[in-house]
Amino acid sequence: MNRILFGDNQFFGVNHVSDEKARQQSMRFKDDLSILHTLDCAIAEGCNTFMCTTHDRMLNIANLIRNDAEKYNDFDIYPCLPYAHKYANAVTELGIMGTIKQYVPGNFIGSLFKGGYALVSKDHVKMMELMIDAELKMFRGISTPVIFLQNVVTDLLLGLGMKDLLKAFDDYIRKKYNAEPGYITMNMPKLVDVLATQGIYRPIVCASINYEGFRMSGGIGLYEQTLKSGRVRAIAMQVFSGGATSPVKALEYVCSLPNVESILFGASSKENIHQTVSLINHYDKKYHYKTA
Amino acid sequence: MKKIGLIGAGKMGISHLAILGAHPDVEVIGVADTSTIVTDVLKRHTSFDVYADYLDMITEKKPDAVFVSVPTKYHEPIVQKLLDRNINVFVEKPFSLNADNGQKLMESSIQKNLFNQVGYHNKFIGTFMEAKRIIDSGSLGKLQLFSGNMNGPVVTKTKEQTWRSKPEEGGGCLMDYAAHLIDLINYLIAPITAVHGADLMSFYSASVEDAVSCLLETKNGIHGTINVNWSDETFRKMSTSITVLGSKGKLTVDSTELKVYFRESAPFGNYAKGWNVRHINELSPHVDFYLRGEEYSLQIDHFINVLEGRSPNNINTFESALQTDRVIQQIKNHKIN
Repeated sequence: MNRILFGDNQFFGVNHVSDEKARQQSMRFKDDLSILHTLDCAIAEGCNTFMCTTHDRMLNIANLIRNDAEKYNDFDIYPCLPYAHKYANAVTELGIMGTIKQYVPGNFIGSLFKGGYALVSKDHVKMMELMIDAELKMFRGISTPVIFLQNVVTDLLLGLGMKDLLKAFDDYIRKKYNAEPGYITMNMPKLVDVLATQGIYRPIVCASINYEGFRMSGGIGLYEQTLKSGRVRAIAMQVFSGGATSPVKALEYVCSLPNVESILFGASSKENIHQTVSLINHYDKKYHYKTA
Repeated sequence: MKKIGLIGAGKMGISHLAILGAHPDVEVIGVADTSTIVTDVLKRHTSFDVYADYLDMITEKKPDAVFVSVPTKYHEPIVQKLLDRNINVFVEKPFSLNADNGQKLMESSIQKNLFNQVGYHNKFIGTFMEAKRIIDSGSLGKLQLFSGNMNGPVVTKTKEQTWRSKPEEGGGCLMDYAAHLIDLINYLIAPITAVHGADLMSFYSASVEDAVSCLLETKNGIHGTINVNWSDETFRKMSTSITVLGSKGKLTVDSTELKVYFRESAPFGNYAKGWNVRHINELSPHVDFYLRGEEYSLQIDHFINVLEGRSPNNINTFESALQTDRVIQQIKNHKIN
């Protein structure tokens, strides 16, 4: 994995500490080209990996990237699926069956409704695989070496104890996509423990890791301990705790931690991208970060 | 360690179940759901004991408390059964479809000395908790006006029906969305006792309202408005915002940000005269397990603390949820009349 990963929250109106800012950003990035322009700024700073959700608008961005294959030759996308709000709103509106009917693709659904509920309940893993395929279709032809399960789903499976489904995700991503599975979570220490029970060791885990301990469930101490143990290949996200910490303090903290392989951040302006990349490079030198 | 059961593993139920499943002070004794799709998934992929009939579950396992997250029209019969068997209850919002029946449930809970809580999770969001602290301190002066807004992208096209699109089952923007806002105003400002105007509008739904606008008054005479619309796709997810104006200041709060203006002096150490902005990352308590928002874990922590005798049963009680149900009923009646 690259040391610095560029994220997509700013493009799609996601901001964890201000709904108002989120709305302003979704106006600013209403054109696909404005998103691509910011991505180009990130690439110019050496960020060659874009970590993004399977938001509907990503289809257009993926098309633009595919159409300029030469320019984006070294560019990777790390998809994060599913875009959960789509399904959450659908469940409220359509119910569980209606949602399955709308989103599980292809002939499966035809046979499903012929066979009635019995078929749905028969093969959940198969259904999950079909939904993964549907979500990833938009990235066909683009390099996606790591594919993530979004935190809402990871943490839901974790809380419910559906360890076999976490394992099924892992297996399918490796087998079908020849990619590394990754997990986004708000509960990193617990997840690492549970994945180990399924024979998944040193998983790629993207979690909130920041100086303030913001959204580090179970406490910052437990996170630091898990990192030190070397049982995880971590990607630090929310490193600025939503803006509570100064960039200098925030980045020095994550750069000083062991086993944080990558740092994920999003920014809208060229200046902010430059500042963050420079600070990471600076602190990586100070703490002797070595690329694997 | 408390023995907890859950009835109804739909959208909210499954979220509660995951948090309960990860809770160190909870033993999940069983899950009941009438849908075989749901019970098959749970049987196959979790270690929970799964029941088609909740009565079998409570008879067999004798839980200390049960979470009820079924469509609203089933709240009354199920909660009554649980209370009859001396089981403490956490029930999803809205509490009841009919306030008179809700009253009976509240009375039986009090009479039997059972703990109860309703799932109005906004009260456990750090920004709203801080708003409560500021308003209760009196530092906004004499409250003059309030306005509440709530928007989301639930129904943005004409689509097929579920229980949420049936008024008799607790569907509609008023019951599903506005209930949160009304409950929050009751809590932060004062209970709403009068409805001076109400409009319910449908844009896409055939049989329920998609938007609600009301003129309201609290029991201490503060007037305000609410505007609620679940058919606005410019909002990525449910968004709730309240503004309160007082003689000494003004406060606007949503689930991520709190902005407060003090005309004269600040009430607490880290606030100053003029505008102050605080964000959720500074205000939210930490949780041990996170799913979708700290508030969902915090409300369950609170309920477990109540059961364990560590906290008083004073947030989101049947009583406070019933006040919200009564306002909803008044809004409906106002519209009909």
